[in-house]
Amino acid sequence: MTQDIFEGTEEQAAALKSCIESHRGEEGALMPVLHEAQNIYGYLPAEVQTVIAEGLGVPLAEVYGVATFYSHFSLKPKGKHKVSVCLGTACYVKGSDKILEAVEKELGVSCGECTPDRKFSIESCRCVGACGLAPVMIVDEEVYGKLTPKDVPDVLDKYMGD
Amino acid sequence: MTYEELEKTAAGKADLINVRRIVRDQAEKLAANTGYRKQVLVCGGTGCTSSHSRQVIEQLEKSFEELGIDDVLIVKTGCFGLCALGPIMIVYPEGAFYSQMTPEHAKTVAEKHLIKGGEIVKELLYADTVHADGLVIPFAEIPFYKHQMRIALRNCGVIAAESIEEAIAAGDYAALAKVLKEMTPDEVIAEIKAAGLRGRGGAGFPTGLKWQFTKQAEGDKKYVCCNADEGDPGAFMDRSVLEGDPHTVLEAMTIAGYCVGADEGYIYVRAEYPIAVERLNIAISQARKVGLLGKNILGSGFDFDIHVRLGAGAFVCGEETALMASIEGHRGEPRPRPPFSAQCGVFGKPTVLNNVETWASVAPIILKGSAWFASIGTEKSKGTKVFAVGGKIKNVGLVEVPMGTTLKTIIYDIGGGIPGGKQFKAAQTGGPSGGCIPAKYIDIGMDFDNLTSIGSMMGSGGLIVMDEDTCMVDIAKFYLEFTADESCGKCTPCRVGTKRMLEILTRITEGKGEPEDIEKIKEIAEHMKSSSLCALGQSAPNPIISTMTHFASEYEAHIYDKKCPAGVCKSLLSYYIEPRKCRGCTMCARTCPANAITGVVKSVHEIDPAKCIKCGQCLENCKFGAVVKK
Repeated sequence: MTQDIFEGTEEQAAALKSCIESHRGEEGALMPVLHEAQNIYGYLPAEVQTVIAEGLGVPLAEVYGVATFYSHFSLKPKGKHKVSVCLGTACYVKGSDKILEAVEKELGVSCGECTPDRKFSIESCRCVGACGLAPVMIVDEEVYGKLTPKDVPDVLDKYMGD
Repeated sequence: MTYEELEKTAAGKADLINVRRIVRDQAEKLAANTGYRKQVLVCGGTGCTSSHSRQVIEQLEKSFEELGIDDVLIVKTGCFGLCALGPIMIVYPEGAFYSQMTPEHAKTVAEKHLIKGGEIVKELLYADTVHADGLVIPFAEIPFYKHQMRIALRNCGVIAAESIEEAIAAGDYAALAKVLKEMTPDEVIAEIKAAGLRGRGGAGFPTGLKWQFTKQAEGDKKYVCCNADEGDPGAFMDRSVLEGDPHTVLEAMTIAGYCVGADEGYIYVRAEYPIAVERLNIAISQARKVGLLGKNILGSGFDFDIHVRLGAGAFVCGEETALMASIEGHRGEPRPRPPFSAQCGVFGKPTVLNNVETWASVAPIILKGSAWFASIGTEKSKGTKVFAVGGKIKNVGLVEVPMGTTLKTIIYDIGGGIPGGKQFKAAQTGGPSGGCIPAKYIDIGMDFDNLTSIGSMMGSGGLIVMDEDTCMVDIAKFYLEFTADESCGKCTPCRVGTKRMLEILTRITEGKGEPEDIEKIKEIAEHMKSSSLCALGQSAPNPIISTMTHFASEYEAHIYDKKCPAGVCKSLLSYYIEPRKCRGCTMCARTCPANAITGVVKSVHEIDPAKCIKCGQCLENCKFGAVVKK
């Protein structure tokens, strides 16, 4: 695999700096800062972790340790559209594994991966709490419920264009 | 604005709330006092938002403008509980219960019902609320609600979720005012103890005792924490409380702060719950503005403030020591206890940690008294419990019932039974830490001790219903995949044990199981239970042990006969076309992705087992029921 090249903008750097400023000196600031940093950049590359470590006065090893512990934090860039299939129990007993298979088949990459054109990434998640709509998948912020594998191509089609 | 001023304006809104709580004929009289002819409550919880309730509200607003309706109030509430039928919309004073709303439906209801002189649009009502003779039944009287008793969820679906005025009008903060003005910390703790309130997060530890230990602990600084890291997949009651009535949690945490001598609190909430997080933040800033949080609360001289901390997708952070490590900004790994969090919690200080639903039960105890609360439920489990009922059941949703209510009542009377005429097989409670309740125990009263006695556990209250099509070995494997994935890796029994057990189970479901596997699993389970560091590892074997106990024959069928009786485990299945039923329509051959089906038009088709990938497409697409799974 090729190394992902980090490209941050000046606006992003400024946003991260002000986020670190606002949390400096606060107890337990690392988690909130990592959350905000991921919102700013979409992921947490080594370059961003280094800035956070220096800004908060925390060893880089610790920043890395925390960032890799939690599944919500990603060290790799995600696709433009994040497709997330719920594999919580309520969805699972209603066949969400088959929804995930259909998504993987449609996009041609496996769960946890990103399409070569960086348009889509697939992940599984553990219960978004929309169990009444099981099985569900989430594309970006939008929740699609009561799915069958046949519905998957239509849902993904909506995002193919842009 | 001060709290006193807010209280006055809120008092003026009490009738608004009463219209929503009082039965029909009285509600109609009361509605005249409110200045609103009707009120439309639309669910703004995650379930209904996911099925587009926002668009329903937008359409209502648009229609009101077009039709010149200005005396109908639109209220965005939290969860009504019947998530399967979302988006839900209730119109008061009639209590008309519209389900599965679309913007077009909303337009129709505005034009025909909400307009002056309009009438209920019966076709759009939830079918159970329309009597055979056409009369509309108030929704509180339908089976789903009739058997429920709402304490923790009392304001969910009743008040506007983002309005502190409505929260106060509905009674929030009255308990805090009473505690600060009339009660000593010891009196409050005694009341909570007498009520018999036990933690709703899973372990069922007596809440009053927890507060007492923290009060007695020495320390200049103490904390109060709320565990809103609802990680058990299929449980969503904590989220619903935070979305529907966030102030009750803030109020209860402040009360606990007063009791134990803490001045700061943290709410640790899942990042996967954006609506709950947003409402919490709104509620906190509202409470700060009127002096219900911050310095000198209600003029009592007591200071307390609350911060929100987001989780980041680690199930183990529901464990208290891991949760506290995460609040401190570290990896969410548990540590050995003692010291317990009452002595050494967040930042090494004495800490009270309770779950959201537990917090939501505190204010009613203070206001209505411990005797009232203790009169509900069973001998050792007092009060009510919220269950998130999901899986193979008609009425998926949130259900709050007195402790000791039977599983049968929950599944059949409230839940509406199993869809498709299928047989009930088992219910799973307690998620990845719990076990299953087989059909023979359907009359069991659901409380902490009963569930433990049959090898399951209450857990946080997720209740997944399974029918005859669910393979219990596959379900055990599903939970093991979860715990193996979520094991933090700090202690060996959990890290290695979950992995080894998962390997064995995977083998069994692939038809490679060996007779000695059952003993191996039992041995690993024993080691994990006795030597894992935290509850995640100690309870991870539960789903396997309980399915092995109650469904031994299914394990045997997988291991000895290489068959999956429920027809789920792919490797043990074969698809076959019954020649008598096949009409030769070619549909199966055309949909088969592996080209495993041969045959020509109008002749019997055949599946080549060597090529078949067991995807089930042929079975789904055969119109004549000729494809069978064995």
